[in-house]
Amino acid sequence: MTTPIIQCKNISCGYTSHPILKNINLTVSPGEMIGIIGTNGCGKTTLLKTITGFLPPISGTVLLDEIPLNDTSSEYRASKLAVVNQTITNVSLTVYDYVTMGRLPFFKRFQFFETNNDHDIVMKSLEVTDSLKNKHMQMNELSGGERQLAQVARALAQEPSVLLLDEPTSHLDITHQIRILDLIKRLNRTMNLTVIMVIHDLNLASEYCNRLIMIDNSAVYTDGKTAEVLTTEHIQKVYSTKVHIMQNPHSNKPLIIPITGE
Amino acid sequence: MDRQRQLKWGVIVITLCALSILCALFSLSVGATSISYSEIYDTIISGKSSSTHSIIFQIRLPRIILGFSVGGALSLSGVILQGLFRNPLVEPYTLGISGGASLGVCLGIVFKLTAIIGIIAFPVLGFCGALITIFIVYSINAKRGALKIQGMLLSGVMISFISSSIVMLIMSLSTTEELNNIIFWIMGSLDEPNENLITVSTLFSIIGLAISYIFSIQLNALSLGEEEAFNLGINTEVTKKILFIVASLLTGLSVSVSGIIGFVGLVIPHLMRSITGNDHRILLISSFLGGGIFLVMCDTLARTIISPLELPVGVITGIIGGTLFIIAINKRSVSI
Repeated sequence: MTTPIIQCKNISCGYTSHPILKNINLTVSPGEMIGIIGTNGCGKTTLLKTITGFLPPISGTVLLDEIPLNDTSSEYRASKLAVVNQTITNVSLTVYDYVTMGRLPFFKRFQFFETNNDHDIVMKSLEVTDSLKNKHMQMNELSGGERQLAQVARALAQEPSVLLLDEPTSHLDITHQIRILDLIKRLNRTMNLTVIMVIHDLNLASEYCNRLIMIDNSAVYTDGKTAEVLTTEHIQKVYSTKVHIMQNPHSNKPLIIPITGE
Repeated sequence: MDRQRQLKWGVIVITLCALSILCALFSLSVGATSISYSEIYDTIISGKSSSTHSIIFQIRLPRIILGFSVGGALSLSGVILQGLFRNPLVEPYTLGISGGASLGVCLGIVFKLTAIIGIIAFPVLGFCGALITIFIVYSINAKRGALKIQGMLLSGVMISFISSSIVMLIMSLSTTEELNNIIFWIMGSLDEPNENLITVSTLFSIIGLAISYIFSIQLNALSLGEEEAFNLGINTEVTKKILFIVASLLTGLSVSVSGIIGFVGLVIPHLMRSITGNDHRILLISSFLGGGIFLVMCDTLARTIISPLELPVGVITGIIGGTLFIIAINKRSVSI
C-alpha cells in the first residue's frame, strides 16, 4: 500500500457555517484518475475547492502528503496541487504569460522574471498541450477549447503531483472534450499524475476514470471502481433517472443510455 | 522573446524619464514671469541669488516636485486598486477614497490637530480616512461574492456624498478662518508652502512605488481572480491587506497635501495599459512616471491659462478625466 497523496478526514465543508457536505472521508493514492459525479448542486465543486484548500473545511482535515493542508506554505501547496477551474479566465494576457504564471510558486522573493529553466518548463507544457501555436495569442481571443488547453498548460507548468479539474469539458464541443480528456489520461499514465476531476457526463466519466466518487444527499453515496459505481440502481437512486447500461463495444466500459419519454 | 520584452520596457521607462525632464524644464520656464531655457541653465549652474533663482528654486521647483509625487502617487494608487478590484474603472476618486481622506483632513483642520501633533496630522488623518473608506467599500462589495463594478462605483459615489456632506456640515459650523483654510485646501492645488509636507509626500510616494513593485507579480496573479491566485500559491489575504494600506497611504497623503485631485488614477493607467499591456511589472512604473508628467502639465496649464490668476488643478484633471471616464465606461471591451 502506497502512502496516500490526499486524505480527507471526516471533513464537513460549505461556504457558510452550514455545511453542504458532511463527514466526508476519502483517500487518494498517487496515480489514480478519479471522477467526482453527482447531480447539479450536490457539492461536487465544493468538495474540489476544499481539497484545493481555497475553501477551508468547517470541520475535519485535508492532508496533502500526510501534512495538514493548512500547515503547508501556499507555495508548497501550489507546487503540489494544480487546479483548472470552470470559470475560464477572461483576461488580456498572452498565452505564454498566462502559462508562465504556473511558475509563480517557484519564484523567490524579489524575483520578477522567469528563469531559463522556467522558460523551458513553460515551453514544454505548451508543447504537451498542443498550445505552442497560440503562445502569442491573447487569452481572451482564444476559443473555449483552446483556452481550456492553455489552462491545462498553466497547471502543468506548476509541475504538480495532483491535478484537480472542475468540469474540464463543459461547454466544449466533442473534438475538444476528447482532446482534453485524452491529454489528461495520457498525463495520468505517462507522468503518474494523480487526477481528480468533477465531471458531469457519465459516459465520459466511465471512459476515462478508474475510480468514481458519487455524491448524494451531502455525503459520499458510493465510492469505488467505475464499473461498480455506474449501475442502474445507483443512477436511478442518485439522479432519479431510469437508464439502461450496456457495454461500450469499443472500450468494454459501461455505456449509459437514458430511457427517455416515459 | 523575453529579451525583446525587456528591451521594450527599457525603452518605455527611458522615454518617460526623458519626458519627465522635458516637462519639468517647460514648467520651470513658463509662468507669470517667463524664464528662457538658457536662463534656467545659467541659474542652476551659477546658483546666483537673483530673483530668477528664487522663482525657480522656491516657487516653481517645489511645485514641480510635488506635482510629480502627487501625480505619481494617485496614478499608482489607481493601478493598485484596479488590480485588487479587478476593474480598470476604479480609482481613488471614483471609489470615494479621496472623499474619505478629505473628511479626515477636514476634521484635522477643525479640531486643530496640527497644533497638537504638528503638520504631520494632515497626512496621518488623510491616510486613516482613506483606509477606512477602502475597507468599507471592499467589505460592502466582497460580501456578495464577486466584486461587481456597479456596486463598487455606487458605494464609492455614496461614500463621496456622505463625506462631502459631512465636510459641508463641518464648514457650516466652522469659523471664517477655518472655512478659508478648508476651502483653500479642498479645491485641489499644488501650491503647498510647507516644505516638510513636500518632502514627506515625495518620500512616501517613492516608498509606495517600491512596496507595490515587490507585489507586482502578485498583482498579475490577482488579475486572474482571487481563486486562481490562491491556487498559484499567492498569499492573497496578506497581499490584499498590504496593497490596500499602500493605496490608502498614497491617496491619503496626496489628498492631505494637495486636496482632491480626481481622475489622475483613471486617465494615466488607462493610457498606459494601451501602451504597455496589463503586466504590473511595467504598468506600475510607467503609470507612476506618467501620472507625474500628467499632473505637472495640468498644473502648468492651471497656473498659466488665466495668468496671473490660477485655476485649481483639480478642475483641469476633473474635466479631462471625467470625459475619459464616460468614454471608457461606454466601451464594453475594457478589461484588466
